[in-house]
Amino acid sequence: MSIPEFITDLFNPDLAFLPKALLIAVMSSVVCGVVGCYVVLRGMAFIGHAVAHAVFPGLAVAFVLQGSLVLGGVVAGVVTALLMVVFAQNRRIKEDSIIGVLHVAAFAIGIVVISQAPGYAGSLQQFLFGSLTGVPDEDLYLAGLTGVGVLGVVFLLHKEFVAVSLDREMARAMGLRVFGLDVVLYVMVTVAIVIAVQTIGNILVLALLLTPAATARLLTDRLGVMMLLSPVLGGVSAIVGLYLSWSYDLPVGGTIVLVLTAVFLAAWVFAPRHGALARRYRRHRTLSGTGVGPALGGQEDTPADDVATESASARG
Amino acid sequence: MSVLRVDGLGVDLGGRPVLRDVDLAVDVGEFVGLIGPNGAGKTTLLRSVLALIRSRTGRVLVDGRPARPGRSRVGYVPQRHEFAWDFPISVEDAVLSGRAGRIGLLRRPGVSDWRAVGEALDRVRIGDLRTRPVGELSGGQRQRVLVARALAVQPAILLLDEPFTGLDMPTQELLNDLFVQLSREGTALLMTTHDILLALESCTRIALLNATIVADAAPAELRDRDVWMRTFGVSEHSPLLKMLTTLKAA
Repeated sequence: MSIPEFITDLFNPDLAFLPKALLIAVMSSVVCGVVGCYVVLRGMAFIGHAVAHAVFPGLAVAFVLQGSLVLGGVVAGVVTALLMVVFAQNRRIKEDSIIGVLHVAAFAIGIVVISQAPGYAGSLQQFLFGSLTGVPDEDLYLAGLTGVGVLGVVFLLHKEFVAVSLDREMARAMGLRVFGLDVVLYVMVTVAIVIAVQTIGNILVLALLLTPAATARLLTDRLGVMMLLSPVLGGVSAIVGLYLSWSYDLPVGGTIVLVLTAVFLAAWVFAPRHGALARRYRRHRTLSGTGVGPALGGQEDTPADDVATESASARG
Repeated sequence: MSVLRVDGLGVDLGGRPVLRDVDLAVDVGEFVGLIGPNGAGKTTLLRSVLALIRSRTGRVLVDGRPARPGRSRVGYVPQRHEFAWDFPISVEDAVLSGRAGRIGLLRRPGVSDWRAVGEALDRVRIGDLRTRPVGELSGGQRQRVLVARALAVQPAILLLDEPFTGLDMPTQELLNDLFVQLSREGTALLMTTHDILLALESCTRIALLNATIVADAAPAELRDRDVWMRTFGVSEHSPLLKMLTTLKAA
């Protein structure tokens, strides 16, 4: 299918679910892309994974009771996240084990709950792997509002999140409420995931949170740039993925994730400073360029790693 | 009046007493070295001054008021590994992050914040690196970023946790000169260190700590071998005591 045909389909009233799916995919990619930057930078990927699974029982309950999926997911995700924080107080068991135990338990509750709904096999598949159809209008609005809310919180508390990520102890000493900020971050991760779950699916949603942010990290050393680049990469990948999925009749969640992954791999290889090729080129140049004089090679654009630049400015 | 006053401080960590009956005062312009073996409670004492841990007994006063996070005029330079150096942030933004608590919730940094950052960077002589990502810095440059971050809050007292560990001589000297200079300008400094030689050389006063303050005097007055032996739990044949004897002879 050509791109004009895809655009025609988007405006076809008989295919009203398609623009809705596109809208929600792009919105959730943008929100996940921004929040995902904190997740990637703080090494919280496993927590993101856990929260993604933990929203499932909430979705299941909401589905069985015909309530709002977004609301159900957020409640379940937040409750599980708080339980993780509480259980982690027992230092005998490491935090990752606690997270592991709890998120699988939450997921199991979801499976048991949703099995009570009639015709559950189809809806289960939809939850786990996402689908283009079946996004109700009110969920679209709710997702839009909560998405804007999350981005607003990021905008307002960015300075605090950065301070906590850089140095928790120091953040505490400055009088920042570190625990409260952690809770806010967990809630934001939960909301971002819940918005995305419907199109992309519960299993694959983590990719939306991690992959664009990780890709952006490879491409820049500036946090501001990273937090702009990540949602753009996520949003564009969502559009491309949806187009491919529609054209070739592929599962939408899987296709979007594969597009995201392709972009990530390209960045891993070709990124200007931190990509595999750039690193290889630099190593090659350093090895062959010793005749020029180490001082010259040492300053200009030496790789990040701890050593070289000392001599240049230690004497200040 | 002392900038920092610690009275009868006792701290338990995980049910184990770490500090007991600690009395210590640091006045304006003093550069106090806090020396003791591993596990003596040096970092715990610094964290108590930052009001990050609850004390069992006693109290900590900064500027005559009980220490409170974010309120007391305390600058803190933690050990280098406490900071997330892989974070994509420039030197000046990292230094600015030290003022996050002071700028306040929902507010953006203003002219005075950036001015404080610029002055702090110049003090530690990394003004030319202000836009460099912190991940690209050497160990010495990183230590100076942490010092600048602490200075950016224009502290009345500066707490330094092992600032010289793992640094080469020129960087040690540069930082040490800066600390001495700051104390002359009226900042109070409290520094934990294992570098006894450097502390005896530069500090105006030395406090020997092992769960409590064993001795507290000007470097020249710490002649009593016994207090060093008690602090570090070493015998009189220890190289430490030989070094101290040699120093005194010199």
